[in-house]
Amino acid sequence: MGVDMAPALQGLLTIVIGIGACVAYFFGSNLLLDTLFPPRGPKAGRNTNIANLIRPWLFLFPALFALGLYLMYPVVETMRLSLTSRIPGGGYEWVGLANYAQMVQEPKFWEAMGNNLLWLLVVPGMATIFGLLAAQLTDRIGWGSIAKSIIFMPMAISFVGAAVIWKLVYDARPAGQDQIGILNAFVVWLGGEPETWLTIPFWNNFFLMVVLIWIQSGFAMVILSAALRGIPEETVEAAIIDGANPMQIFFKIKVPQIRSTIMVVWTTITVIVLKIFDIVFAMTNGQWGTQVLANYMYDKLFVARDWGIGSASAIVIMILVLPILVWNVRNARREMS
Amino acid sequence: MGNLTLSDVSKTYGGTVNVLNDINLDITAGELIVFVGPSGCGKSTLLRMIAGLEKITGGDLAIDGQRMNDVPPAQRRIAMVFQSYALYPHMTVRENMAFALKLAKKSKEEIAEAVDEAARKLQLTDYLDRLPKALSGGQRQRVAIGRSIVRDPKIYLFDEPLSNLDAALRVATRIEIARLKEEMPDRTMIYVTHDQVEAMTLADRIVVLANKGIAQVGSPLELYEKPQNEMVATFIGSPAMNLLPGKITGTGAQTEVTLDAGGKTLSNVPTEASDMGKQVNIGVRPEHLEATDGEGLFTGHVDITEALGEVTLLYFETVGTDPALIAKLPGVHKDRRGQQVSMTAAPEHVHLFHEGQSLLYR
Repeated sequence: MGVDMAPALQGLLTIVIGIGACVAYFFGSNLLLDTLFPPRGPKAGRNTNIANLIRPWLFLFPALFALGLYLMYPVVETMRLSLTSRIPGGGYEWVGLANYAQMVQEPKFWEAMGNNLLWLLVVPGMATIFGLLAAQLTDRIGWGSIAKSIIFMPMAISFVGAAVIWKLVYDARPAGQDQIGILNAFVVWLGGEPETWLTIPFWNNFFLMVVLIWIQSGFAMVILSAALRGIPEETVEAAIIDGANPMQIFFKIKVPQIRSTIMVVWTTITVIVLKIFDIVFAMTNGQWGTQVLANYMYDKLFVARDWGIGSASAIVIMILVLPILVWNVRNARREMS
Repeated sequence: MGNLTLSDVSKTYGGTVNVLNDINLDITAGELIVFVGPSGCGKSTLLRMIAGLEKITGGDLAIDGQRMNDVPPAQRRIAMVFQSYALYPHMTVRENMAFALKLAKKSKEEIAEAVDEAARKLQLTDYLDRLPKALSGGQRQRVAIGRSIVRDPKIYLFDEPLSNLDAALRVATRIEIARLKEEMPDRTMIYVTHDQVEAMTLADRIVVLANKGIAQVGSPLELYEKPQNEMVATFIGSPAMNLLPGKITGTGAQTEVTLDAGGKTLSNVPTEASDMGKQVNIGVRPEHLEATDGEGLFTGHVDITEALGEVTLLYFETVGTDPALIAKLPGVHKDRRGQQVSMTAAPEHVHLFHEGQSLLYR
């Protein structure tokens, strides 16, 4: 067997070894536990109790270990990096909050903060509203499931792919040439002048947001559609008899009953928005006043190679996301019970 | 007012599946009408058509002489109480009851007065600020009833309102509904149930629905004493009426029937000479059978006894696939099990059915 083994075979081997190792771990560790504390003999009862205390941790260990390695360690390391500075020529020194102090003096950071806030105000709300509308409107029509599939489809496209699609939509050619961007083609057809949409300050942020709204509305629709279906039909019928019109039924009977699901959807999209990177990176890379925190972090970390400020901005993102995440998990849990 | 007329009302789903056919019924204001029938007979569908939740695909529905087929539910002056209560879970009891009035743009004072009045009637005053989930089943159903009362409808519709309650609560709530009816003698109530006891105790008139139509309409005792057909005869009364095949062997003011299994009986149902020799089913309710030492209606081997204290049910061994014959004797008769027992019935309790229809009605 040579090193130039077929990749498929290599993959298969990895899977077999991986699963084999897992099985071996669980089986072997369990066996070891039973050997150390045999559930028989004079101390059978005590041994069983001890073994039962240890067993869950034994089985949890691989997951905890992987999580620790790939989640907790990076967090701690990022935090450490955000408090250090590289000494030219090698080595690090502790600088306390100097990185943060320098970061908050950069206008680009505040531009990113401001834009993120703007995204936060617009995208989760719009995506949730569009999703809710789509869910309600597709619920009662014959071709509703087809409409739903189409609305959901952008979810299957990666953010970068979506960004490329929309970059084409916003594409601009000099006046007089054929416009390949559909938006400009439309503007020209109406008799207007083609615009380079993504360079219009302030408004270009919204052109970027459209992409995420386009993607996330499908997600919101699917979740909210299921929630709408869960509403007892009798409450709607009772409202009809009480004299509610369709608008009142929707806003006063249906929406309040799925409020917690709406909040879960809204917060989930909020977290995505706080971390938004790909769309901005692929479409404007933060130029023309469209910088956002995650792209700012990327710029600092991998373009400017300033690990200190890059890590500091990563920590800022995490601190912003954390409370929403906690609240979201709590909400979801309450929903389940 | 609250007269309701159904003329030739039909319901067809998707143009092909026919569930109700040519229903004709006149309901007078102030009546409590109960729709009963086996499951799937369309009783709830009929109620929902009256409510306006289902489209009427044939015939006319009129309330106080006004055609209502195309009038939206809220304007029919009806209110409905659902089996599942259908309370708005995000509103307090007060908001639940006030909802319809708010939609009707009534003044705050008017709403408060109506809600307080209904709450007082239903002993809900202490719960007005609670959410439905903090209430028991019986309280929830009272809120649902209260939600109807505040609208002061001409016609109350109840769709199996007690089915989700436990036995004790069911009785209590049933009595509450009866009391409510008494307090509002001019309001019409239409009540759907599959529970005979509810039907017999509450109804002014019972409508038995079967085979896409009305099998019989009448007061509870009329249905019990003079069922028009075998369907009603076996549906009303528990355990069901016993049916035994036989032939008419004597006609006149009293009819003599010779049973296929042997045995003879007299019935007070009058017949004409032309009925001689007709194949009939005689019907006798279990509670009208008496043990006899002499020649009876039938003699059978008692398979099982169920002593309920005040009465004992005797289940006779069956032949083939026939339903078991059942007798209900007062007192305790556990010792009858395994015995051969002869049963007889007084002529006034013997019903005669020819081809499913009672010979009393023709």
